Amino acid sequence: MSLDLHAGFLVFALLLLALAAIPLAHTRRGPSIVYALAALIAAAAAVSAFLAAAGGTPLRVQLPLGLPSTGMRLRLDALSATFAFIVNMAATITSLYAVGYGRHEPEQGRCLPFYCLFLLGMNLVLVADDAFSFLLAWEFMSLSSWALVVVRHREEENRRAGLLYLTMASFGTLALLFAFGVLAGGAGAYAFDQIRARTLEPYAATLALVLALVGTGSKSGLVPLHAWLPPAHSAAPSHVSALMSGVMTKVAVYGFIRIVFDLLGAPEWWWGMLVLSLGGVTAVLGVLYALIQHDLKRLLAYHTVENIGIIYIGLGLALAFEAHRMTWAAALAATAALFHVFNHCVFKSLLFFGAGAVQTATGERDMEHLGGLIHRMPKTAFVFLVGCVAISALPPLNGFVSEWLTFQAILLSPDLPEWGLKFTVPAVGALLALSAALAAACFVKAFGITFLGRARTPAAERAEETDRFSLAAMFAFAALCLVAGILPGFFIDALAPAVTSMVGGRMPVQTALPWLSIVPIAESRSSYNGLLLFLFITFAACVAVYVIHQFASNAVRRAPAWDCGYPDASPATQYTAASFAQPIRRVYGTVIFRARERVEMPPPGEMRAARLTVDLRDLVWDWFYAPVVVAVTFVADLLNPLQFQTIRRYLALVFIALVSLLTVIAIWP
Amino acid sequence: MRGLVFDLAHLLAGSLVLVSFIQLYQDRLTALLNVFALHAVVLALSVAWQAFIQGAPHLIVTAVIALVFKGMLVPLALHRIIVRLGIHREIETVGGIGLTMLAGMGLVALSMVVMLKVTPGADPLAREDLAFALSVVLIGLLLMVTRRNAVSQVVGFMSLENGLVLAATGAKGMPFVIEISVAFSILIAFIVIGIFLFRIRERFDTVDVSALDRFGGGTRV
Amino acid sequence: MAVTPDLFVQGLEMFLVLALAPLLTGFVRVVKARLLRRRGPPLLQPYRDLARLMGKQVVLAENASWLFRVTPYVVFATTWVAAALIPTFATGLIFSWSADLIAIIALIASARFFQALAGLDIGTSFGGIGSSREMMIASLAEPAMIMIVFTLALIAGSTQLSTVSQIMASGVGLRVSLGLALVALILVAIAENARIPVDNPATHLELTMVHEAMVLEYSGRHLALIEFAAMVKLLLYISLIACVFVPWGIVKPGAEPLAYLVGLALYPVKLAAGGFLLALFETSMAKMRVFRVPEFLGIALMLGLLGTLLLFVSRGGL
Repeated sequence: MSLDLHAGFLVFALLLLALAAIPLAHTRRGPSIVYALAALIAAAAAVSAFLAAAGGTPLRVQLPLGLPSTGMRLRLDALSATFAFIVNMAATITSLYAVGYGRHEPEQGRCLPFYCLFLLGMNLVLVADDAFSFLLAWEFMSLSSWALVVVRHREEENRRAGLLYLTMASFGTLALLFAFGVLAGGAGAYAFDQIRARTLEPYAATLALVLALVGTGSKSGLVPLHAWLPPAHSAAPSHVSALMSGVMTKVAVYGFIRIVFDLLGAPEWWWGMLVLSLGGVTAVLGVLYALIQHDLKRLLAYHTVENIGIIYIGLGLALAFEAHRMTWAAALAATAALFHVFNHCVFKSLLFFGAGAVQTATGERDMEHLGGLIHRMPKTAFVFLVGCVAISALPPLNGFVSEWLTFQAILLSPDLPEWGLKFTVPAVGALLALSAALAAACFVKAFGITFLGRARTPAAERAEETDRFSLAAMFAFAALCLVAGILPGFFIDALAPAVTSMVGGRMPVQTALPWLSIVPIAESRSSYNGLLLFLFITFAACVAVYVIHQFASNAVRRAPAWDCGYPDASPATQYTAASFAQPIRRVYGTVIFRARERVEMPPPGEMRAARLTVDLRDLVWDWFYAPVVVAVTFVADLLNPLQFQTIRRYLALVFIALVSLLTVIAIWP
Repeated sequence: MRGLVFDLAHLLAGSLVLVSFIQLYQDRLTALLNVFALHAVVLALSVAWQAFIQGAPHLIVTAVIALVFKGMLVPLALHRIIVRLGIHREIETVGGIGLTMLAGMGLVALSMVVMLKVTPGADPLAREDLAFALSVVLIGLLLMVTRRNAVSQVVGFMSLENGLVLAATGAKGMPFVIEISVAFSILIAFIVIGIFLFRIRERFDTVDVSALDRFGGGTRV
Repeated sequence: MAVTPDLFVQGLEMFLVLALAPLLTGFVRVVKARLLRRRGPPLLQPYRDLARLMGKQVVLAENASWLFRVTPYVVFATTWVAAALIPTFATGLIFSWSADLIAIIALIASARFFQALAGLDIGTSFGGIGSSREMMIASLAEPAMIMIVFTLALIAGSTQLSTVSQIMASGVGLRVSLGLALVALILVAIAENARIPVDNPATHLELTMVHEAMVLEYSGRHLALIEFAAMVKLLLYISLIACVFVPWGIVKPGAEPLAYLVGLALYPVKLAAGGFLLALFETSMAKMRVFRVPEFLGIALMLGLLGTLLLFVSRGGL
């Protein structure tokens, strides 16, 4: 399929659908029809992107829109096609999920049209080939997703989340605007081809890198720009949360790759170090924040921050290796990052679907009010468990493979000459391992408190299994988790064109290896075979089952729980999310969150209940955002009188501004 | 053979860093003194091994001084002191142990970078030994900074000295005179600090040096 | 490549880890008892315990889910596979390339993940306390383990355990980093196997218990499998230490049959030595408060990181 067809089809189909959605939103079957059509459109786009990625040669189109000299350029090369495939694949399955889930949305008119526009915005970012259309599409994506965040605008919390998101998104776009300004230079060469042809001064390149990092990092949730992400992602309806967390953050990663790997030219070695360290810090802080949450969706959203950190670790390594022309190592690191992009997209969407199903079934997303859902929603519980195992980076599922590749890339770093990198990389490796272990703890908590144990509220007790469309979507993602885990070779090879366009090299072909194992460098060095491991575990489990059922007693008696002889009658005595996280909060939180616990114990004889108060402070907020908020409020108060002027004064203001600008131009050398 | 010889020297120097870390981990005075004794014993071993490799018999004397004075006499004397002061059961709770250890790691990394950067031409093993010695010195300082108890500060000071001795012996031996003076300086420092301790004790009824701050300037209070 | 002998070795290895694991646990118990001047249980008691548990009826809590019943098999299978991938007496394992050391650690982490979930399944407070503390301990033990892997991998230039073992056997000299890694690995092994001073394997009526609290609701064949998995895990860690730090006697592929016999004879000796040292260590230590454990494991993490850092540096220096 050619690009004008691909882009044109997407634009017209999704715009028409968005228009059609306005009247359809108020009918009974309308939402399902819109989502089904969106699924079809996204599926078609995914196929076309897949063909383009396999095709090799980049497709381009120039439209007579946009900036006068540049026009609107579109281009679909291996990198954008790979991302377009991931985005549209996830969008297809998400729309399928929404066919079932979307029915429960009370305000369809606020959701449906923007959903289509959001899909369109993300697709346009990927095909943009000049700064103007990139920023336009980027802003389109931000605004449509903002509209989706405030769908449930009647809740105060959601409005706050929306405002914060809007502010951060504008800030990010501003940074990107400046980044492209630096890249384009004074001559205003805004087309990506022209930018590629330019060589920047080192300081300008560095400036562009930092601005790009701020701009895309604020969208993808890099610490300390992550503060908006968890509230916004959890405020949106669950299928939108899945898209925002699983897909939109990846579009932001694409923006970073496009600017830094493609447009900026040869990297400096310390760029890698910067990105790598930010990634490491983001990974650990993200998972620690996630651990202390008790709102299921917010926990998942904080986990997105963690995974973005892991992706940036891979990208930082790739930059560091590329700076030293170690193409094969850079290819390994870049593959690890891209594979994690895919994996995170799959399992995070799956987990958000599960959270949505739980919310529909119980009306709750606070884990402290759930429990025991495995009995009432066995299928949802099963797929959610698959997602939990995958995101905790446990073999044989897919999360493990990308983390394993990242570890392998880290192990190549002693060959780097700089001392700074030599010390940073193993430290980041330790952070990565820490975040993986904490992620496992976090998902034991998420699954254990939500689905296991006894129901904590009547709502959880009466939960019903979710509808079959939602289940189909979740099972599709769960199957992808398993397939990508046991047959990673195919995925690595499929990512090879994108990796080549990033770092100019690729990993060795993996699918030709015997037994479908993956070997990043050499077999004597390291290899991993998910398929064999999976079969091996299955075999061992089957042997155990067979032997047990052949030779051991088969009798089962159901009895009340033993609990060391003190069975506790009330479900309230179970471990809660807060108590599960308490040891970890105590170990890490005293420093990072200034966690303080206070126990109020009434004196003997008094019948009052004892209270435990935990005080947590978000230091990033305190140090980074609170001063900004104070400053902005201060400036806003100063400027407030400007809003109440006469027409004449306003005209005078405009006039003075115009004259002073003209003066600047006049005296500019 | 040459490989093994240097490996062993290297291992001993590395062990000294390790024991320094163990010192940081201790929060009981008795345990701290025991670990300090171990520190001195490892130093003595390391110096003796250097004496053997370099064929420098005078280094044996240094080793013996380290073993006898720092490994036995000083810890024994300090044990007696803390028993007499009645603080041998005390637990110090200064800062988090995890944070202190992390800071120690940072110091090791820092000394590695500094040493390897400023001595590019030298023999790699000697450079690393120097880096180890610097780490021991820095960790000794860290111990002195993070502890409030005067006895722990003495221990920190003396493990710092150990680091200096390690550096000196690693660099192809230093003149014997200096070693003697080092040994004496330690002795003097020990005596001075011992007296100092009793002074504080008599004066303020505690060996917590923060008491000094409180009484430092009458006007500030 | 001669596949048949390798396949045989792999099969023998899988069988051997299962056959020897209860013996090792029994041995440690006997040595501990003797050190305390008790007579102690017979050496073969763990086998009898397992057989007795197998024959018993399972008493299942009323609200136990399918996950609770599946977990013992998952835990056992993953632990067994992980143990079978570690070269015990020969490095020529036919499947050793399917998972390197990082994957083996991740396999153990999978077992722990399911075990912790099962601890939460019944909804009792003991199960919860065990799961939550187990995950806290793991959150430190696992990065420490990864740092140890980094150290080994940088020395051997590989994360494949067979290669690491062969390179270590060929002599890499005394390295500071290796010493640090060994100490760290021992600390991690103690924590992972719930031994004193981190946890007490002999009791479950103590407030600081971790592992035993998690499996409190299990009985009959399920409990047997979980206990068995714990024994295999102990064997796994001692074998790991032996294969990396005492690699002598481990047979290279394609060796004489006699070498295999020597390797087979040496392996139990190494296990016994490891078990003896473990018992000695345990009897000389007191159990820690649970919030001292992070410091204990923090040390392991620091040592691992220090080892890796030194190695990164010295490779650059040389």
